[in-house]
Amino acid sequence: MTPAEKPPDGLREFADNLKAAPRHIYETAFRSGTPATDRTRSTFIFGNVFLHLHSVRVHRWTLRWSTTMGLGIMTTSAFLITLITGVMLMFYYKPFPEAAYDSMKDIHFVVPTGRFIRNIHRWAANVMVVAVILHMTRAFFTASYRKPREYNWLIGLGLLVVTLGLSFTGYLLPWDQLAYWAITIGANIAQSPREVTDAIGITQWFDPGGIQKLLLLGSDVVGPEALIRFYLLHVMLLPLALGALMGVHFWRIRKDGGLARPSDADARLGPPPAGTYPVFTEAPQRTYQLAAVVKGRTPAVNNGPENTVPSMPHLFYAELGVFMLTVLICLALALISDAPLKELANPSVPENPAKAPWYFLGLQELVSFSAFMGGIGVPAIVLLGLGLIPYLDREKEGTGQWFGGPGGWPLVRRSILLGLGSTLLVETLVIRFGWLREWFPHIPQLIITAINPATILTTIYALYSLWLIRRHHSTRAGAMGLFTCFLCGFLVLTIIGTYFRGPNWVFYWSPGDWPKH
Amino acid sequence: MSTTTTPPPSRLDPEPVPRRDVLGLAAMASAAGACLLALAGLLRLPKAAVLSSPSKKFKAVLPENLAAGEAFVPAGRSVALFRDAEGVYAISTVCTHLGCIIKPNAEGFECPCHGSKFQSDGSVKRGPAPRALPWLKVSHTGGNWIVDEGAPVPPGTKVQA
Repeated sequence: MTPAEKPPDGLREFADNLKAAPRHIYETAFRSGTPATDRTRSTFIFGNVFLHLHSVRVHRWTLRWSTTMGLGIMTTSAFLITLITGVMLMFYYKPFPEAAYDSMKDIHFVVPTGRFIRNIHRWAANVMVVAVILHMTRAFFTASYRKPREYNWLIGLGLLVVTLGLSFTGYLLPWDQLAYWAITIGANIAQSPREVTDAIGITQWFDPGGIQKLLLLGSDVVGPEALIRFYLLHVMLLPLALGALMGVHFWRIRKDGGLARPSDADARLGPPPAGTYPVFTEAPQRTYQLAAVVKGRTPAVNNGPENTVPSMPHLFYAELGVFMLTVLICLALALISDAPLKELANPSVPENPAKAPWYFLGLQELVSFSAFMGGIGVPAIVLLGLGLIPYLDREKEGTGQWFGGPGGWPLVRRSILLGLGSTLLVETLVIRFGWLREWFPHIPQLIITAINPATILTTIYALYSLWLIRRHHSTRAGAMGLFTCFLCGFLVLTIIGTYFRGPNWVFYWSPGDWPKH
Repeated sequence: MSTTTTPPPSRLDPEPVPRRDVLGLAAMASAAGACLLALAGLLRLPKAAVLSSPSKKFKAVLPENLAAGEAFVPAGRSVALFRDAEGVYAISTVCTHLGCIIKPNAEGFECPCHGSKFQSDGSVKRGPAPRALPWLKVSHTGGNWIVDEGAPVPPGTKVQA
């Protein structure tokens, strides 16, 4: 036996491995090491299961503030905040009528940081609703829904509906007066197809409204079954649906070739500023072989990596910035304003006025004329219209640009005036002079269902939009007019419902004028 | 020797649906059908067959001095009871618009949620309510008034003791 073949010192090797273990654990977890070179900046992303939804490189146009304003990331951040705070609240919340209210009081007054966590949860939910609406507005006005992104626009609509559903189901859980009566109204809106089936006398055989209410409440009144159903929807079904849709939404962004940008984006951007990581600083050390040759197009990957920068650090730092800003906004709002908790739900005395969450108050203003049209008919028409936009607007002009397309900003400006003006005019008339039933007490219900502020405004907007299509020879022009009008209508009705409606849904200039009990 | 006009099928240009795929398609269709049926079966579960809400029938004791046309609302119930010369009758106080509980007053009923107003016989006076308030079944047994909130009767039905 030569000295070189001396048996290794087992114990020493063991000690060395033990000493190196933390470093080895780190190295096996993050194989690519510090993202300092082009190659490691790439592996940093596709070597990480949480980051690899991002593309490795991102176009400089995407990173411009005005392209997205960070609204999608803000929505996602708000969702993450509600997810974490929501799970925390589940430690104490009990989904059974009186126990639910007591547990809310515990969270508010006894549980350490309970009130603060609940405030953050509530404010993050509101931020999420605002951000998702603004995000859709951004995607619309920059014409980002166009080919090949049509389907992702539909997924986005699904996310909007699920987001509103999450907020609405969360509204019942405190089981206070506010919650109870908002959900009673909501459940009866679900039942409102009866307004039509009753009027034509077929409810006995065909009752979609009744089935919807029964499925939602599990009973004919808002009780323990309704609470457990709303809880199940709020903490399980809708978050799962949201997560699945979010996964598809993000994945499709990559598959559709990144964010929409104008065809002349590269020329408009000019050369990259000094200090950005340019393309291909080093010779690639590894190439990937094609596994097979197949026929077919790859979507939107017809450009080289020109004018792109590595996602790490450029995109991630931007995303981190938006995330921290969202956290800051939610924390600040939670410190300033407490989430409301009214008296225990009382099924025999309605809250007066009984108001839904603010983003439904525009609809509540409309249901105060016709429950079916305001609560189901017009929202369904709006969703259908939004979903069809990318399939009707097959134009190319203006993709990726704010107010891109024929007409541009002047058209949007005129549409804002028309949208605000017509909504204010119709509301002024009905507030001042009342509606059909006050003038003709025996008018059939079907006429009121067909002709009410909701349908009148929808008709005005639709006719205006058709006129725009004819005038500009462009579906995009009509879509911009219609979208702007509906946005203005939503704004005006929401403000009226929030600030100018008092007890018995009577118009008041300020809450100070409300009658005292 | 004839030349073929169509190029030979390429590996990259397969026939749209070769015959051998029919079995595969049939298998997929039957699997999809079975899953859809299972889903339909699953959806039967959340549609409650028995409602857990409290009984709709209740006993009411009318105050002795109830004036004609004056409403009496039993505690915890959404029914207004009236007594006049022709007898006793009950009108539901659940708004036919969106289910809020309405308040009886001197002229009829008024809803706090969206401002519907009803005449004292339950018919709609103004507001968004699509239907008149239903009249409910009242019966008199053993000296007690029994009201059934689940049994509407034609308006104008009044019961003598």
